[in-house]
Amino acid sequence: MDIRYTAEHEWVAIEGNQATIGITDHAQRALGDLVFVQLPNLGSVLTRGAIAAVVESVKAASDILAPVSGSIVAVNPATVAEPALLNSDPMGAGWLFKIDMSQPEQIQQLLDADSYARINS
Amino acid sequence: MAAEGIAGVNTLELPLHALHVAAGAQMAAFAGRLMPIHYPLGILGEHRHTRASAALFDVSHMGQIRLRARSGELRDAALALERLVPVDLLSLRPGRQRYALLTTASGGVLDDLMIANLGDCFYLVVNAARIAQDLAHLERQVSDVCDIEVLTDRVLLALQGPQAVDALAELLPQASSMRFLDAGSFELDGAQGVVTRSGYTGEDGFEISLPADRAAPWVARLLANSTVQWAGLGARDSLRLEAGLCLYGHELTCDTTPVEAALEWAMQPARRSGGARPGGYPGDEVILSQLSRGAARRRVGLRPVGRPVREGACLFEAAAGGEPVGHVTSGTFAPSAQCPIAMGYVPVALATVGTLLYADVRGQRIPVHVSGMPFVPPRYHR
Repeated sequence: MDIRYTAEHEWVAIEGNQATIGITDHAQRALGDLVFVQLPNLGSVLTRGAIAAVVESVKAASDILAPVSGSIVAVNPATVAEPALLNSDPMGAGWLFKIDMSQPEQIQQLLDADSYARINS
Repeated sequence: MAAEGIAGVNTLELPLHALHVAAGAQMAAFAGRLMPIHYPLGILGEHRHTRASAALFDVSHMGQIRLRARSGELRDAALALERLVPVDLLSLRPGRQRYALLTTASGGVLDDLMIANLGDCFYLVVNAARIAQDLAHLERQVSDVCDIEVLTDRVLLALQGPQAVDALAELLPQASSMRFLDAGSFELDGAQGVVTRSGYTGEDGFEISLPADRAAPWVARLLANSTVQWAGLGARDSLRLEAGLCLYGHELTCDTTPVEAALEWAMQPARRSGGARPGGYPGDEVILSQLSRGAARRRVGLRPVGRPVREGACLFEAAAGGEPVGHVTSGTFAPSAQCPIAMGYVPVALATVGTLLYADVRGQRIPVHVSGMPFVPPRYHR
């Protein structure tokens, strides 16, 4: 599976035409304990850069932007019930939603692991 | 010692800075000091630890001030201080502490503070960001009667939580016989300390003032108790919000009056109309009038439905349209109450518990219910 990143500290796992989105370990550390997650509605159609989800920690609220355009085909309700999953397993059990990409070529504009590591250093 | 702060201004390190760094604290500039925001346990964990056990906060950024009457009569200092606060200080007995407010000429709040009668002096703890204003005000208004001494090179620790008393009693046996808002000077390992049974968390606990150069071994002995863990300013904020306590700069400003802030309980009958010493402090006409007739707006607790609302969010009567009727002054997710909580100002007609309002969170109207406070039951040792 191809994993890409955004400068807004989201990860995007690409599998065929489907992109799974979550927040990076760096993001969860910066936010601190997550206490609230709002997910997009299943079936909603988002263009790249639109607000797809909201996560809030004890410190602050943070918008999760759609890193690619497409429709929401799956969400992870476990994160709503237990926002701490984003802290304990941000790139696993803490995934947020899946997008069926309408413009898969947008992937090319996402960061690879090295580029993402550079913006955090 | 100075470090380069986030804003690029010189930020002072706390006397116990090295201890915080060694404990893994994440430090950030606050009111000109580099303060521990949280430790590896995290804000949620530190908050819950405080409610369950005993947490140690370094609040040395707070201003500590001693006032003595030059006459040698503490009564003279009490009467001089009463020129600045709507609070009865003549009845504040030796060994007792009381919440107070410095008011402005228009009835606003210049600062909120704690005042303790230590027998031979008054001991004041004021907000870090207000030390300069408070001091200038005191110098102008009471230096004819009082010597004003800012206590520098001192550490102020808050030990808070249900197990705070047992942890402190190991070092200071007298602590267990103190009640809520008792205050006293004590010899602590040969150092002159001030201990009050008070705090800012809604829990039982103590605040302990020590000479900076004597504090480290003392802190080490406290932390040697397995129930005691460091907690930072992040947890302090969520704890005080759950306890329904005001934070200066948020719920209290020069533009909010004590009556608007629902702090009538802090203004004793002796200083009200018909009392022994009514008025006689800045803004007394406004405040006395509001005490008898009420104010137009009021600080209330808010319970947002579904998601937290933050400071600055406007409050509306309707789910769409209309003009703002108030605003949120503090808001977070409450780790102990397990729900979003907030405080804000609304017109008195909308201040009734249960009133449904809406907070604008970036274009989305979040329902919020006006709620009683505190959000968690206080556990003071009265």
